[in-house]
Amino acid sequence: MIRKHNHLPHRMTAWCLALVSGGLLLNVAGCGKPAAKGPAPLRVWHWMTDREAAFNELAKRYQAGTGQQVRFELYAPSEVYAQKVRSAAQTDGLPEIYGILGEMRDVASFVNAGHVLSLEEAMQQDSSPAWRSVFFPSALATNAFQPGNAYGVTPGVYAVPIDVMNVQFFYNKKLLAQLGLNPAAPPATWKDFLSVGKLAAARNLLGFVSGWSELWLLDCFATDYAIHTMGAKKLEATYRGQVPYTDPEWMKALNLFVELRDSGVVAEGIVAMGNKRAEQLFANEQAVFAFNGTWGVNVYRSMNPQLDYGIMMPPRVLDRPMVTWGGAGSSFFVNAKSPRRDEAVAFLRWLTEEPQQRYLVEATHNIPSNRLAAVGLPQHLAEFADDMAATVHPRLFAVQEDSAVLETFDKGLQSILIGEATPEQVAKEVQVVKRRIMSREASRRPAHVRP
Amino acid sequence: MSAPNRPQPLTPYLFLLPALLLFVVFSIYPFFLLTATSFLSWDGVFPKNPFENVQTFLQHAVGFQNYREIFAGDPVFWTSFVQAGTITLLALTLQNALALLLAIAVNRKLPGVGLYRTIFFLPPILSEIVVGLMWFWIYDGHFGILNEAIRWIGRTTGLAQLAGWRLAWLANPKTALLAVAIIHMWKGFGWGFVMFLAGLQTIPEELYEAARVDGASAWARFWHITRPLLVPVMVVVSILTVLGTMQIFALIIATTGGGPGYHTEVPITRIYQSMLGSSRFGYACAQGIVFGLTLLTVSLIQMRFQRRATS
Repeated sequence: MIRKHNHLPHRMTAWCLALVSGGLLLNVAGCGKPAAKGPAPLRVWHWMTDREAAFNELAKRYQAGTGQQVRFELYAPSEVYAQKVRSAAQTDGLPEIYGILGEMRDVASFVNAGHVLSLEEAMQQDSSPAWRSVFFPSALATNAFQPGNAYGVTPGVYAVPIDVMNVQFFYNKKLLAQLGLNPAAPPATWKDFLSVGKLAAARNLLGFVSGWSELWLLDCFATDYAIHTMGAKKLEATYRGQVPYTDPEWMKALNLFVELRDSGVVAEGIVAMGNKRAEQLFANEQAVFAFNGTWGVNVYRSMNPQLDYGIMMPPRVLDRPMVTWGGAGSSFFVNAKSPRRDEAVAFLRWLTEEPQQRYLVEATHNIPSNRLAAVGLPQHLAEFADDMAATVHPRLFAVQEDSAVLETFDKGLQSILIGEATPEQVAKEVQVVKRRIMSREASRRPAHVRP
Repeated sequence: MSAPNRPQPLTPYLFLLPALLLFVVFSIYPFFLLTATSFLSWDGVFPKNPFENVQTFLQHAVGFQNYREIFAGDPVFWTSFVQAGTITLLALTLQNALALLLAIAVNRKLPGVGLYRTIFFLPPILSEIVVGLMWFWIYDGHFGILNEAIRWIGRTTGLAQLAGWRLAWLANPKTALLAVAIIHMWKGFGWGFVMFLAGLQTIPEELYEAARVDGASAWARFWHITRPLLVPVMVVVSILTVLGTMQIFALIIATTGGGPGYHTEVPITRIYQSMLGSSRFGYACAQGIVFGLTLLTVSLIQMRFQRRATS
């Protein structure tokens, strides 16, 4: 009996060892190179998981035409994707083609670390039509570094967009009619827009919704009106530190948020509203206006195919043309360290050709980056595409604002909207942070370039 | 015959070696790397490895500047500590009191006790994101069930103020933090409940029987038997509550994103913002070190209290 008991643990240990060894062997076997059948697939990383089916279809078509296999690997949410790309850059594990989430400063770091191939040479190669010429100019410009840029990057184009977007006002035609307004002529001025607040409240409707808990969307709105009221040059001068945020024209721009709040047009709780929630409210016909991007066309189509809406530029405050945030799109970068970078460029060239771009419009309902494919777009996309010339994007400025300043500014806007801070207080607070950042940057600059 | 002083066999140390190696590779080494990075100005991408050589390191070294900025120029980071501390205080008191009460209730031989145990332990096993989204709907300013319930009460009682009630709980600076704290406590009390229940089941029934024979009231039995014997469990629960609550993150992201303004920002959201929002890896590491040391200090104080209480 005793002997039997003593043997039991040994037998168990033997089984455990066998299992572990078996597992290890399987792992090792799995690490071996797969049986090679043709060239290895080109790998593409991006965060647009909603477009997986369309990407896979395009990959199939490319393989059928060229024999080259392409594998799209999509990762969500975007924050996780951003971390993944940074980690891969650290270990030189980036795929042949990938997207970078972030500002120009982040892209510049990837370029300076040698992870991004300049597409300037490919853009200048002879082809009919020239590759550069097929894109919306702003779409390509948001992926380019200008001469004398602040990051020390060699000027040129570093990515190609597969679509473009801008952010505008969606309005519900049925609800506008219910409020006694003409759905064919939605409020084009700020004053008329604000007046919708009381009308909507009387009918238990929300006037205006947007995902303003997501600071970037709130920032789009603020940038539109800052440029509209003071001009792009003054905005850029502010970024450079030459104009303070306490400037009277900035105060005018900030006061627009006081007017928004006091008019009652913005939905209560808008500062805690994610864009998904805002999209639900608009799609369910609970809100008259929504501030949303081109992607909204696809979102509303899937949420409520019967929704009858139109698209308009943000209502103007002054008697001058309004601008709208956008022009950029989902862009692809080529890994400069990949030995297969030429094949990657060839695939991107194919992906941005008119037939593929037309397919993407049908499948994903976005504005194509190829202008030739933007002819004959469905009604709502065409309304967005018509305003591409009026788009503005912070990436197009020679300098970009520091993210800490932007965060203080956008959080300040939230504070104005909930009535706990005045524009003056917000402006002062932002200016304090701006000064701190500028002095930090100045102290880190080498002595020979300090002013 | 006594055993001579033989050298200790190596076998136990060999068994410990894999665990030790894993600990060094995945905990000690990253900690030192994190500490070293906290003295850099680095965006996580360029240069690829700031520790590659002395020259690269020195080019990006900023000494104690990140720490100076945390202590002298980042009031939001400290506000986030106060806010996380407020949620922690509420969790330590209300959440754990509820957990203890329910554990005492369920510890009796009542019908359907198993079902209650399951129900009380459901919230902790739900994903924080799912819980956040669920409560986001409950708190919605326009169509949320909480406002609807208040309006219903107003209508049925004739209180006009309640009948027209409309409050965006998560967007109002006066209620946002409390609203988030309630979600956190709802989600978290199940852990304390299970631990208290396990602790209660280790107290011998004979002690209560003897006390009953001596005429002790229910309160006296709780105060003189249950409470002292549960002290070790209480300390463990409170340490876990402090550590878990101070590190609250996913719930904030799913409900308020730190807003409105900075009203629900907590230390982890600030560290996350520094790292991925501003691409300031060095600064984020310094924030992480300061936060970690704070938690360590709080835990040490709690353990000191435990020693005093149990002695």
